[in-house]
Amino acid sequence: MNPLSQKSRPDPILTKDFDEPRLQELETYRRLGGYEGLKKALASGREKLMAEIGKSNLRGLGGAGFATAMKWSTVPSEEKNPGPRFVVVNCDESEPGCFKDRVLVTKNPHQLIEGLLIAAYAIDARHAFIFIRGEYEVQYKILEKALAEAKAAGLLGACSIELMRGAGAYISGLDTALLETMEGKKAWPRQPPPFPTVAGLMGRPTVVNNVETLSMLPHIVENGGDWFAKLGTPKSGGTVLFSVSGHVEKPGVYEFPMGVPLREILAAAGGVKGGKKLKAVIPGGVSTPVLTADELDTVMDFEGPRAKGSFLGAGGVIVLDETTDMVMVAHNIERFLTHESCGQCTPCRQGSFWHERILARGLEGGGTAQDLATLERVGENITGKVICALGDTVGVVTRALMKKFPEDFKAKFHD
Amino acid sequence: MTKKVTFTLDGKALEAREGQTVLEAATDAGIMIPHYCWHRSLGNPGNCRMCLVEVEGTPKPQVSCRLPAREGLVVKSLSPAAKRAQTSALELHLVDHPLDCPVCDQSGECGLQDYYMGIGRYVSVLREDKAHAKKRQVLGPHIVLDQERCILCTRCTRFVAQISKSHELGIFGRGHNEAVDLVPGRTLDNPYSGNLADICPVGALTDRDFRFQVRVWYLDETESICPGCSRGCPISAHTSTQRPWHNKGRRLARLKPRVLDWLCDEGRYGFSDFDSDRLGRLTAPLSEVRSALQTHRDDLAVVASGSLSNEDWKAFKSLFVDKLKVKRFLFTPEPDQVGSEDELLRRREKVPNLEGGRALGFGTEIKSLTWESLGQDIAGGRVRSLYVVDRDPAKVLGEKLLHKLELLIYQGPRMGKTGGLARYRLPATDWLEENGHFTNFQGKIQEYRQALKPLGDARPDWKIFADLEAGL
Ligand SMILES: Cc1cc2nc3c(=O)[nH]c(=O)nc-3n(C[C@H](O)[C@H](O)[C@H](O)COP(=O)(O)O)c2cc1C
Ligand code: SF4
Ligand code: SF4
Repeated sequence: MNPLSQKSRPDPILTKDFDEPRLQELETYRRLGGYEGLKKALASGREKLMAEIGKSNLRGLGGAGFATAMKWSTVPSEEKNPGPRFVVVNCDESEPGCFKDRVLVTKNPHQLIEGLLIAAYAIDARHAFIFIRGEYEVQYKILEKALAEAKAAGLLGACSIELMRGAGAYISGLDTALLETMEGKKAWPRQPPPFPTVAGLMGRPTVVNNVETLSMLPHIVENGGDWFAKLGTPKSGGTVLFSVSGHVEKPGVYEFPMGVPLREILAAAGGVKGGKKLKAVIPGGVSTPVLTADELDTVMDFEGPRAKGSFLGAGGVIVLDETTDMVMVAHNIERFLTHESCGQCTPCRQGSFWHERILARGLEGGGTAQDLATLERVGENITGKVICALGDTVGVVTRALMKKFPEDFKAKFHD
Repeated sequence: MTKKVTFTLDGKALEAREGQTVLEAATDAGIMIPHYCWHRSLGNPGNCRMCLVEVEGTPKPQVSCRLPAREGLVVKSLSPAAKRAQTSALELHLVDHPLDCPVCDQSGECGLQDYYMGIGRYVSVLREDKAHAKKRQVLGPHIVLDQERCILCTRCTRFVAQISKSHELGIFGRGHNEAVDLVPGRTLDNPYSGNLADICPVGALTDRDFRFQVRVWYLDETESICPGCSRGCPISAHTSTQRPWHNKGRRLARLKPRVLDWLCDEGRYGFSDFDSDRLGRLTAPLSEVRSALQTHRDDLAVVASGSLSNEDWKAFKSLFVDKLKVKRFLFTPEPDQVGSEDELLRRREKVPNLEGGRALGFGTEIKSLTWESLGQDIAGGRVRSLYVVDRDPAKVLGEKLLHKLELLIYQGPRMGKTGGLARYRLPATDWLEENGHFTNFQGKIQEYRQALKPLGDARPDWKIFADLEAGL
């Protein structure tokens, strides 16, 4: 079933052909115009390609929103740094609330492979890798098959594409931890500089891009950067997939132009489940701070949620109805972060666990007013003082929930 | 020459090599910024988050262990914001720390205690139970691990990866379940394992032979030189005399590296029997020894040790070469004094000062016998008297052969087998009981200082030689 509401999204890009049977197969994909973008990219030359991607305002859709063309342009030239360079597809998708990469790979693996080949061409990489989370077994098989097809059809050219499976760590989705994992090490994030584009996999320049980001490329090449940019807002080009989950009637993946109001996403998903009242929305996956029901006008591009103290993240919209206890939400998220903290730096390793324990005690009826002050103070002391964004999140999410839903917390933490 | 830059730390102008980290430059200037994971020789993973400082023009605090010094950089390590960041990092280090200082050997020299005194919060809001992990895990011959005390600074795993290159330790698990442990099937038995107790900033890795022996604040420290091999590593000798009933009555508690970062296990643990088997009293007047020497000057051989100081060698030469004109010496490191060596520190000759002797001609103009030729000389009656300085020919040549001698004089700190056979025994001080100099294999002359009072009638070797000579 096409999870798209045609009314809200007149011309989808990535999900356009999702209703097509056997879209996973090369023949179908090609019949619908697949691999034409690659052909065009190869014919146009590197400079033209880079210019188009630059014009498109394509931003990284893995969560950080870094301008894709800008990232690529930091790869040192062959003269400056001779030797191999790599492109890695980040398909570790482990953020609770996000499942759009899974849908993209399941429905249209060749779209990703084509995008990957375009990116590899852009930075002159002869080796590409797709790192897929271990739990995505079905998707791994789909990609394996699609890669074999593409290879047999001679589409890979001089580029090799290797599939690698993760071993079940959320942190491996963070680009530098992903590279460590690929090198066979513990998934402990590195601390840039140097950035992966300068020294990444095995010390070589490496571009890490998200599945969704790369899947956009064939369409940008075919229709031009200006076309893509115009679909979105001034700073965020094109469309974006939202994984909508929680208390909604029709959870699923929805494609919208950048800048769609949060309200429209909720409406497309059929509104709050069972006609209940909306309490809150987590806009971009559990590591983005919560928005209240009053903030439904938030414009969903990379800038909109920022104005409200949150992030677009990877578009994991989690809808919470009036029955939700925000202390439970905080506990649930902190428990996840405790479990997934790589353990490298002390404030995150210890702080997440401390948060989890305090919140658990609150839920069990043992909370005190002092605990709220502690959560506030410790949270503030973690954020911005750790190695990576996971640790920042530990301090941010609970404080956002406490700030926006003080009543829920006072009910569990009082003397 | 690397370029120098000037930056400001807490209002003070500091010089640094361009690109040197602020933490290292501060340390060089004698300014302490709290840190656990950074170690000059082990790198700066930046995981402990203790060295956070405020940098002008940067919104977030930065870890000074990864902050390159550059011209004009303005850094504050004592500002309220910097202190708050450090205090908070320390608080989080202590969340699951067992706080078992009363039974912890690290107490008194622990990074957690030290920083707590300076930047601790002093108010605990912790109401949660502490997490538990493995206690008292023996890792190898010298080191024991307490996982609960570990702050996961990764110094130990970096040491076994980068320095000893033996890879016995790893960090297993994830998040707060993470723990340092032995790689399955391995034992921590590399020749440098003792250093782990030194570099562990807390009481997680401690010395088995120091465990529960004596509180560190009852120890005295003296600058010394390790006599374990011809490298002559600078060491600090930690002696326990304030409370003689501690440390099982042994006066030498432990040796720690000084100046250099490391010490090998042979050097570090080789002297745990410092006070045992000592010679004690002088058994005959020196005049008797003198006349025996005079009688035997033509059939005398002298066996000397590379553990003599430069001062000793000088008096030794004056007595035996210049005065008595002895022809037969043995001072090469023979089987009893050679061992394994490696690229890091250890040298083949397991005595500190053959070089000091060499500088006076021993081994160059004055040739050395070998144990074999000395044995032949004794068997053939060419050598009928032997003066032994801190060596054990009875062990090498066998007691039976030594019984053939008409005169055996033994001088040294410990009895050994030979001491027991000698007609005259001259008790000498061991290196910690005297001041002196060793010349290491590179020709570097290094001073060591007296840490302990001589036991019994022990006197420095040079004094014994000089006294003997004076009456001849
Ligand atoms: C804790 C954490 C987890 C992440 N997980 C993912 C992930 O699963 N997939 C992903 O594409 N990016 C993830 N990212 C973002 C990546 O670090 C990186 O920014 C991204 O892959 C770059 O691709 P893009 O520029 O195409 O977005 C994660 C970041 C953090 C901090
Ligand atoms: S912030 Fe957390 S996840 Fe990130 S490096 Fe530190 S311990 Fe690991
Ligand atoms: S055992 Fe000591 S050195 Fe090793 S990680 Fe733990 S605290 Fe650091």
